[in-house]
Amino acid sequence: MSSLPADPYRVLADNSLHSPLPLGTNASDENPDGKLPAVSIRELKKSYVLKSETVHALRGVSFDVPEGDYVAIMGPSGSGKSTLLNLLGCLDKPTSGNFFLGRDDVSTMSDDELAEIRSRRIGFVFQSYNLIQQYTVVENIQVPLYYQGRLGQAEKERAIELARMVGLGERLDHRPMQLSGGQQQRVAIARSMMNDPYFILADEATGNLDSVTTEEILNLFDTLNTQGRTIIMVTHEDEVAARARRIVRLADGLLSSDRINSEESRAEARRRQHENILALAQRKL
Amino acid sequence: MLWLRTWKLGVRSLLLHPLRSGLTMLGILIGVWAVIVLTAISQGASDVVQKQIESLGANTIIVRSIKPPPEKLEGRAALYGLKRSDLDLIVSNVPTIESALPIREIRRQFTYKDSQVDGRLVGCTPDYAAINRLKVRSGRFLADADDLTADNVCVLAAQVAEKLFPYEDPLGKRVYIPESFHYYKVVGVLDYRSASAAIGGSLDSQDYSGDVYIPIKTLRQRIGDTVVTRRAGQFETEIMELNQITLQVGSVDQVRTTAAMVESLVMPRHAAMMDVAVVVPLELLEQARNLRMMFLGIGVLIACISLVVGGIGIMNIMLASVTERTREIGIRRALGAKRKDIVQQFLVETIVLSFAGAALGVLLGFLGPPMYHTLLYVVKKSSPQKFESLPEAIRQAEPSIVYATIPLAVGIAVAVGLISGLYPAIRAAKMNPIDALRHE
Repeated sequence: MSSLPADPYRVLADNSLHSPLPLGTNASDENPDGKLPAVSIRELKKSYVLKSETVHALRGVSFDVPEGDYVAIMGPSGSGKSTLLNLLGCLDKPTSGNFFLGRDDVSTMSDDELAEIRSRRIGFVFQSYNLIQQYTVVENIQVPLYYQGRLGQAEKERAIELARMVGLGERLDHRPMQLSGGQQQRVAIARSMMNDPYFILADEATGNLDSVTTEEILNLFDTLNTQGRTIIMVTHEDEVAARARRIVRLADGLLSSDRINSEESRAEARRRQHENILALAQRKL
Repeated sequence: MLWLRTWKLGVRSLLLHPLRSGLTMLGILIGVWAVIVLTAISQGASDVVQKQIESLGANTIIVRSIKPPPEKLEGRAALYGLKRSDLDLIVSNVPTIESALPIREIRRQFTYKDSQVDGRLVGCTPDYAAINRLKVRSGRFLADADDLTADNVCVLAAQVAEKLFPYEDPLGKRVYIPESFHYYKVVGVLDYRSASAAIGGSLDSQDYSGDVYIPIKTLRQRIGDTVVTRRAGQFETEIMELNQITLQVGSVDQVRTTAAMVESLVMPRHAAMMDVAVVVPLELLEQARNLRMMFLGIGVLIACISLVVGGIGIMNIMLASVTERTREIGIRRALGAKRKDIVQQFLVETIVLSFAGAALGVLLGFLGPPMYHTLLYVVKKSSPQKFESLPEAIRQAEPSIVYATIPLAVGIAVAVGLISGLYPAIRAAKMNPIDALRHE
């Protein structure tokens, strides 16, 4: 699907199918098919100093996210959910532990290197859409490549293609102000795909949306996931998490559970949501 | 491609708030405008002064009789001023002098038939026309032969000729001077000549419009040194041999030494009365130049203050903009912008602001000279007295834009924009992306 020149890091990751892991790291478990996981974190710790008091937000979390997985991260507030999100998004550095994106350990990278990683390997979807107001739909979708210096015609065409894919082919030149919340979130999802990332990191992506739009967005995520996209979604809503393949729960800075949603239960969740919406629609009528 | 995009983005962000951006530019605009217009006006004004001084001649030295203070005269008839012996002394002792021009001036009335005009009777030698750049319109100027034989001939200034001979050709006619009962035959009429500058009290403005020139020898023989003027029922007697000696030197670099020599010859003879002054137009020229540099300096200073104020305005607005756009900065950082990308983005905006302001300032600067004329015209029409009281240099100034100030002003403006944009830009880049994203 991608017409983009390959990311140099990406080539490494693809070539590493059977290559040994970097030295001095805890070997992340390879999948049964021998592929390296998209994301692999090991004993990740993060503590903050708040007024001479040290807060341990994460106290050693380890898990893998294989390519093509769809993980929901859940947990009550104060469980370290946001901290983990920031670390996964390479917006923050861990106090200790390792975080592999493909083969590279990003836990020790500098600020500029992290920016590079964010630009090339991560697709962000935020709760409040976070589009740039002065840009049109197409320009917003192109932003991740902007900071790689890639602004050619090919990139523009790909941005238009992505806009069509999320159903905004008719609104290419609209500005965020002229779009509904759901449409803005679609733009954000298209944007998160633009750099062909290792994974899409969605932070309460449906938090600001009504139930109908929530369903639309979740269906879009389902579609992307069936196309092979890796998705990590932070949420506190059970119905949203129920749509994922796997739910990772945090409590007090530690992993409290990690379970797979069966295909049946996912289908069930999908059906239930749809019924709810229909019921809602009937009540309105 | 990338930089083009960055610039486009900068312009677009600024256009989101057109009024704010416009007001921010105003400070820079006024600064640049002020630099260009102030230098243009001071250049124009000093051009006027300089031209006037140059018309006196840069290679001349003027030795002039001045009226001594009353206590020096001690009630006697006013006997003072340059002597013919001074002229001889100078001519025979100073080798660098090429020509010496003695001048005697008397206020007189001239008549022809029923017409009469008040003017200045100037006794001089033929050199006078060349040194003062007078042009002959018809006939001829005084000649050596006139002086030698002390003929009763005269040359009229254009205005005098017009008043005395409105319908006739003055050549060959005889002008009468009632106070000394003499007739003078007109041999020439001069062209119009504008007045020269009055310079700092040491030299009166030379107004040639009322002049009647006769050979100095004629003046001496017919009128003599004693001049009695009747003024408002009083008689005033003045005894003076020469009003002025204009000395011409071969080259400009000899002027100073020659002037010093002349001064050392003449001044001791007049030390008691203090009735002689040596004026060197070259020095005045240099004074005028210094004055102009001062004008320029003050103008540039005012403009720089305005530019600094403009810079503060830019910094203020950019700091507000950074705060307002914290979220945008967070988004960009999350999507892969490095710190330097953010710095670049904000710097580009300030450069666009200051550059646009400077460009508009230059454009308006070109409108400066017509604006100046309009202003003068308004002053002239609304209060003519006030207009007359303005210095000549200001009334006649023809503002001319000093082109070197344009790159200077624009350069300073852009530098000011850069410097004042740097701090807000760095502040924006230093923001933690997590906090920036959370910012509402």
